[in-house]
Amino acid sequence: MADSPQPLKARPLSPFVTIYKWSPTMASSITHRITGMGLALGTVFLAWWLIASANGPDSYGPFMTVAAHPIGQIVLFGFVWSLSFHLLNGIRHLAWDMGYGFAVPTANGLSVVIFALSIVLAVGVFAYAYAAQRGLVP
Amino acid sequence: MSLETPMHRVQGFGSAHSGTQHFWRQRITAVALIPLSIWFGVSALGLVGARETDVLNFFHHPWNAGLMGMFVVIMLIHMMIGLQSVIDDYVYTAGWKLVCLLLNRAFALVIGVACLLALLQIAL
Repeated sequence: MADSPQPLKARPLSPFVTIYKWSPTMASSITHRITGMGLALGTVFLAWWLIASANGPDSYGPFMTVAAHPIGQIVLFGFVWSLSFHLLNGIRHLAWDMGYGFAVPTANGLSVVIFALSIVLAVGVFAYAYAAQRGLVP
Repeated sequence: MSLETPMHRVQGFGSAHSGTQHFWRQRITAVALIPLSIWFGVSALGLVGARETDVLNFFHHPWNAGLMGMFVVIMLIHMMIGLQSVIDDYVYTAGWKLVCLLLNRAFALVIGVACLLALLQIAL
């Protein structure tokens, strides 16, 4: 083999995510994965809730304190929104698997709709929960 | 004309090292999780601010304990496959990949056992 006397220049790498113009489908795809990973963390909270309930008031109290704390509420809102988004976008993924919804305007439009619907759903769930806490819901 | 022998086509799964089992399992669990996660969301919303005796009463009901058990198991399988595909995508070195894949399984197993034991403790 002929040796190359010149040092190798930095070769172009395959493009990373930062080089692309953002599209709604790209955002929803990345968000699907991030919400999935967030929900995986949420399973720790779910297990804690079940264990705390099973072990009586002494262990249920600390759970409720954390859940009712403003930071706990923000985290819980994150889980509710993540589940809303992952559920709605997951249904869309199943439609894609059956061959529907691939036209670019449809795919982009649905991405925006799913973002909007997931936020509406999460805010609605939280509004209902706060109203129920204050006895405003029959 | 392909240079691959038929045997290579049979054995050559590429970098995934496996076939379509995960693809199918992820979709089957996804379909099951549509009704189960809606049930879980509605149930959890009904238990907002509840005392722990309300939670116990809820899971004393066999339907609720059973649905919760199904939700936990199917959701954790879905989670494990999903996290594995993230690890397959982003962890390049073989050693770290093995460590991450084992931790992924251990995490799903620990959470699953914890949830099911708590559910049994409540339901029985």
